[in-house]
Amino acid sequence: MSQATFLLFLEQCLNGLQFGIMLFLITAGLTLVVGIMNFVNLAQGSLFMLGAFVAAWFASATGNYYLAVAVAVAATAIIGALVEVLALSRFYRRPHLDQVLATFGFILIFNEVVRVLWGSQGLTVVLPPELNLSIELLPGLTYPLFRFVFIVFGLAVAAFLYVLIARTRVGMLIRAGASDREMVRGLGVNIGLLFTFVFGLGAALAGLAGSLSAPIMSASVGMGEPVLILGFVVIVIGGIGSIRGAFWAALLVGFIDTLGRSYATSLISLIFGSTAASSVGPSLSGMMIYILMATVLAVCPEGLFRARAS
Amino acid sequence: MNRVENRLAGIVLVLTLAVIPAIAFAFDAIFALTFATRILILAAAAVSLNLILGYGGLLSLCHSTFLGLGAYVVGIGGYHAYNDEIAWMADGFVQLCAILVLSAGAAAIIGVISLRTRGMYFLMITLAFGQILYLAAIGAYQYGGDEGMTIFQPSTFAGFALQGRFVMYAAAAIFFCVSVLVVERLTRSRFGLVLQASRMNEARVCALGYDPMRVRLVAFIISGVMAGMAGFLLANNAEFVSPIDLHWTRSADLVIMVVLGGLGIGLGPLFGTALLLIVEELASGMSPHWPIIVGVMVLLVALFMPRGLAGLVSSEKRHD
Repeated sequence: MSQATFLLFLEQCLNGLQFGIMLFLITAGLTLVVGIMNFVNLAQGSLFMLGAFVAAWFASATGNYYLAVAVAVAATAIIGALVEVLALSRFYRRPHLDQVLATFGFILIFNEVVRVLWGSQGLTVVLPPELNLSIELLPGLTYPLFRFVFIVFGLAVAAFLYVLIARTRVGMLIRAGASDREMVRGLGVNIGLLFTFVFGLGAALAGLAGSLSAPIMSASVGMGEPVLILGFVVIVIGGIGSIRGAFWAALLVGFIDTLGRSYATSLISLIFGSTAASSVGPSLSGMMIYILMATVLAVCPEGLFRARAS
Repeated sequence: MNRVENRLAGIVLVLTLAVIPAIAFAFDAIFALTFATRILILAAAAVSLNLILGYGGLLSLCHSTFLGLGAYVVGIGGYHAYNDEIAWMADGFVQLCAILVLSAGAAAIIGVISLRTRGMYFLMITLAFGQILYLAAIGAYQYGGDEGMTIFQPSTFAGFALQGRFVMYAAAAIFFCVSVLVVERLTRSRFGLVLQASRMNEARVCALGYDPMRVRLVAFIISGVMAGMAGFLLANNAEFVSPIDLHWTRSADLVIMVVLGGLGIGLGPLFGTALLLIVEELASGMSPHWPIIVGVMVLLVALFMPRGLAGLVSSEKRHD
């Protein structure tokens, strides 16, 4: 392997890490909602989209991207908590089918509301000049500073979540709720408030992921749905209700998806020739994570890290 | 419902379906016939979903995979028959056989892996599996990629092409009636009773010596094949096929149709499909942002009438 291809490989690894961390931010809250409340939330992708749009809109209105991220996180937390209190909390004891219908209804509503507010063209974000440059990580390896900040910031959030879940009283209640919801209720904990908190936290993290992704992928209507499905793959691989599982599974999916997209075509052309590769390669690389998921399920049907006891 | 009521419902259904073309012709409202055809085809797909969702209690979010698979067989066959003059690829019998094999195979693979899991996992896994063929269709540049492709060569049966509004309507109406009859027969058979019993109390079914997993897998495969056949009609009717046919939101639409009509009710999917498509049609005439109306309707249905239209008619409680 020449030095240039090695550096390219390192760069792709960093991209995979960045994508994985974005997936983690979306799934950290989702896996708690799914695990603790036994609730299917298809609308998590919509909160991701809302975060991206609010950040893009606020950044272009005020020119301050940092403030825009903070506003987007606050806005999605509030919207998430409101939606939970007003509508979704009624569905915790209902069958999954009703939850799917309700949150699917919210996807349709959110997509159209965004279209009404900001049009169907989508919004782009111009990064502030101090973030919009490349840094030299190794001799010959330059990398966009913003993606690097994304990785560091995401890891910091993961560390914060670890402390929150493992070291605080709220975290203890969340962990207890994930393993036995009824017992926590029986011990006199206000489970309704805990659920609203967890839902709002998950919404805020999805909004954070959206606002950080807006400069990379630009905000567009329907951007949340592919991310939602990847998020479900992460949860299934990591094990429902486990933040640790979501973290490792998100990184795994991020790496495989990113490296697959850049290397699957050339790998296939080594074996089957370039004509076969150019037609099969792109779609096969997109499918790889689903094949990974099927493999994980075939070996351990409850994911790699299982948190729920029941 | 007893046997007499069933027979009566069947006669009313067949008469209604027979009268619709005459009315459409009389009022010069041919578009209504096309609309009815679309309703009947999607209702047939919803009937097949009802077998596993309503009777089997399996919330699958990859039903559009089978529907789209059938549609793509017609599209790809028509493409090669039209461009490469390989006439047998547009032959309806060949295409139906291909759909039978492909959708049964796909359903068997997806079923074997995802039926090992329950509830939440099952739902998320089927959602993810549905994504595989969707991505494959997007990557198939020869067949239009994410744009989809127009089908210039409809399926032919012994030289007779499956096209024209009345022919398509008749085919859709017959296929719908056969689907309802098949599901009705199945659910009354020993197999169907075990399937429904597994939804209500799995432990007891096991104790009686049945294997719920095997029964569910067979139901999943039958349901997938029926949806594939509906896809065959869908593509011939639309003369167009695109990855949207495989998208998971199409699966969610089918779930909404089944729930709207009433879970586990033979003719429920017809009413659910008709209601959803009519609401969509009316709402899209009112505002460019019509999905909000549909979204609010779906939310309200989930909140206040989870038993669908059937819940309005009867107060009988469903055993779960």
